[in-house]
Formats: sequence, C-alpha cells, structure tokens
Amino acid sequence: MDRREILEELKRVLEPYTENKELLRNINEQTDLVKDLKINSSNLVDVIIDAEAKYNIEIDFDSSEKMISVGSCIDVISDKINK
Amino acid sequence: MNRRVVVTGLGVVSPNGLGVPAFLEAIRNGVTGIRYVPQYEALKFNCQVAGIPQFEWDILKNYVSEVTFHGLQGQAIAYGLMAAVDAWKDAGHVAAGEEALWDAGCVFGSSVAGVETVKRIFNRVDAGEARKLGSRVVEQFMNSGITAYISGKLGLGNRVIANSAACATGTQAVLMGYEYIHQGLAKRMLVGSSEHVDQYIFGAFDSMRILSRKHNNVPEKASRPMSATAGGFVPGSGAGALVLEDLEYALQRKAKIYAELLGGACNSGGQRKGGSMTAPAAPGVIRCITDALDNARVKPADLDLISGHLTATAADTLEIQNWCLALDRNGRNFPLINSLKSMIGHSLSAAGSIEAVGAVLQIKHQFVHPNINLEDPNGEILKLIDLSRMPVERVDTPINIVAKANFGFGDVNACLIFSKYNQHG
Repeated sequence: MDRREILEELKRVLEPYTENKELLRNINEQTDLVKDLKINSSNLVDVIIDAEAKYNIEIDFDSSEKMISVGSCIDVISDKINK
Repeated sequence: MNRRVVVTGLGVVSPNGLGVPAFLEAIRNGVTGIRYVPQYEALKFNCQVAGIPQFEWDILKNYVSEVTFHGLQGQAIAYGLMAAVDAWKDAGHVAAGEEALWDAGCVFGSSVAGVETVKRIFNRVDAGEARKLGSRVVEQFMNSGITAYISGKLGLGNRVIANSAACATGTQAVLMGYEYIHQGLAKRMLVGSSEHVDQYIFGAFDSMRILSRKHNNVPEKASRPMSATAGGFVPGSGAGALVLEDLEYALQRKAKIYAELLGGACNSGGQRKGGSMTAPAAPGVIRCITDALDNARVKPADLDLISGHLTATAADTLEIQNWCLALDRNGRNFPLINSLKSMIGHSLSAAGSIEAVGAVLQIKHQFVHPNINLEDPNGEILKLIDLSRMPVERVDTPINIVAKANFGFGDVNACLIFSKYNQHG
C-alpha cells in the first residue's frame, strides 16, 4: 500500500472526528490534525484506536505520540503494515 | 433575598410521549407507555413489562454535533440532553456564544451513570484490552456525565451539579434549583433528572420481588397504583426538565410563565421509626410535607391536587395515610390525588422530574389527569379518602396549588409546591 492510498483511507478514519468535513477535502501530508483539522486533541486516541482496527496493527505509545500530522500518521501506519 | 421563582420552560422524554406536546396529549387522555419486553421473558424476569420511551437514536443528531454523536451511547445521557435542551429552547433561551452564561446553572440527577459504558469497560478491561476503550467512556460513566453534556451544549456558567437521591432525585433537583434562585445565587436554573433502566438494573429490582408480575400479557394494565390488585411497580425510563427562573428576570424578558414554584422541602426519615433502606419512616414523610407547605406559605386547606409518589406497591396505603396526617384532611375533604406512574411506570430518578413536568402542565392547562387501571380501588385506601378524590377520568377543574412528592430508597423524601402564577403572589 503506497502513501497515496493510505492517505485516502486515513481520510475515512479522521472523518468522524472532524467537525467541518470540508477541511478533509484538501488534506496533504503537511496537514496538522489538531491545528488544521480542528480535531479535539483528546480524540487523537480514538483516531489511533480506529487506525489500529482498520489496518490490524498495534500502535505503541511512542509511535502514537508522533502522529501529529497526516504525514507522520502515514509514516507510522506504513511502518507497522510493512513489518 | 427571597426571590420568587417561576417555571418558564419544559422538556420531557416519557414512555407515553416524546416532547411536551405529545406528553400533554397522552396524560390528558390516559395513554399508557407500558410495553411487553420479549428480552425480559428470555432473561426469566418475573416482570416482563416496562415503560420505554419511543426514542429513535438519530433524534440525537438534532442535539449534538456529528463528532459528539459518534461515540455517544449512554441512553440516560441522551434522554437528559433532549429534555434539557428542549426545555431551554421552550423557555426562549439560547445557548451561550463565546462567553459562558454566568447567571445560568444546572442541577440534573440520575441513579446510575451510563450503564452501557460501564459494561463496555468491564468487557474490555477483563479481556486485557483497556487500551481500546478510547476517549469517550469516562465522560459517559461519570455520574456528572449528563450535566457535563447539558452544560457544555448550552454554555451554562453558574453551578452545575449532578445529584442523586434514589426516587427523590428529580424532585430534589428541582428544589435545589429553586433554592439557588430564591437565594439570589442564579437567575436561571435548568433542573431535572434522567434514567435508563437497562436489563441489569431491571434484574436487580426484579430480584427484590417488588415489581409487577401478574400482567405481563396485558402490559397497559400492569401499573396499578392505589388499586386492590397493585402488585408491584413497573420500571420505566425517561427524563424530565424544567427551566426555573427568577420572576423579575422572566418578567423583564416577557417570558411565558407556566407556573410558580412556591417552595418545597427535602429530608430523610433517618431510617428510624419504621424507616429503613427501602421503607420511608412516617415522621420523615409527614415532616417533609408540612415543611414544604410552610416553606411555600401554603395552608393544607388550599391544596387542590397531590401528584403522589404512588408506585403501585403496599406502600401506596401508607403514603396516603401520611398525606392525611400531614394535611389533616381525609374522606371527601382530601385533595384530588393522582399517580402518573399508572401510565408510565416508575422511572426511578427520572420520576420526580417527569411528574413535576406533569404537575406544571396540569396547572397550566387546568386539568387533573386520570389514574388509569384504578377499576378496583384498594379498600384500605377507601377507609382514608373518598373514591371521588382518585379520578379515573380526566377532570377539567380549576387547579391552583399542587404538591408533588417523591420518596426514595435510603428513606429520602422531597416535596414541591407549585402554584398557578399570580402576579400579586
């Protein structure tokens, strides 16, 4: 799965936690989950849990702390998928 | 300060009606909200009927954002939120903008927090999967979950309290809100209570053998307060909410006024002199009623209607005996009395607030709702009060003053005195 495909799927993971769905339309690797998408920081936990279920992976605490932007999320997810 | 307090908004989620217009229509016409629950037969409960609001979960989308909706699963939170937000709107109030509403607070109670959430936590934690619980479970299991959702939605900035006093919870919440406004501590209080009786809570009550069990095949007949065949109560779920307001504040903004809340009292019998964990002590009940009347400056002779606790157990007779003693009224001289539980069952913590909404509506629309299923009045009760005092049909009659009381496990009592609003007090 390449980064482009993961990004498209990540949009669906982020969707329930993004109040303004318009913001999701033009996300790129630089998009910050909290600052740009206005996701409540407490919901980042839920994003991680949903991503784990979607990709059947386990994201440890240290990795999850890196998941701040769309790009860093893709880094962590692709790393775990390819293990 | 001694501020006068009026009711300016109502909201309700009741087994026999969702929203005030449907609920009003139902209680005017004696419509039952009790239904057979197949699951309860499968679970081998003695009682297989319950009062369950016809609540479509998607209704909640009108009350919370999509993000909040995703992950919300607490029924009691949903019921409470709908009733509270409806009441706030009904009063003509709006949610806060950027600045919290410092003059507006909330007292909203329940018996248990989100049971569904607690079950989910048990299952996940026991399976070694605590990390999968996510961010939305704490806010739904904490007892203040309902007030947290309500105050956040509306931006309430005065005191926000989740109270709990078993079946007296709702009545107590209304009284607490009254006291804060009366003392000048708040201008507006959103008060009420909520309950979701799921199969686990239901099972616990069923085990006590205090639930109705002989009318499983005729659910509408199962809740029979004051009748000779009253064989236990029917658990119900729902929520009631009232907006209480400082009279001057309400007049200034030309608010619609449903009724005045003249006062009330809340106490405990201390589980002494016949009182216990489950039974109310007569001295506590009588004192609660007389204190409420004193606090409201109402003479017992002026009481038109009692909205009783009257759950359809052996305690009904004792309750009426206590009213007779507290008011020194009996026979034909006794006020009219009714039990909303005949239609919707006993929704525990929510009972007081749903019944308070009912009491206010009876004042506003000048009627007394029927006691359904009272074809066979209890002979012991007839020795105390005249049959005509327990109407089985709606009575359209001037209703000026209503007492609304509830008595709960732990020997706790609460009584409110509502009156038709009269500008001269």
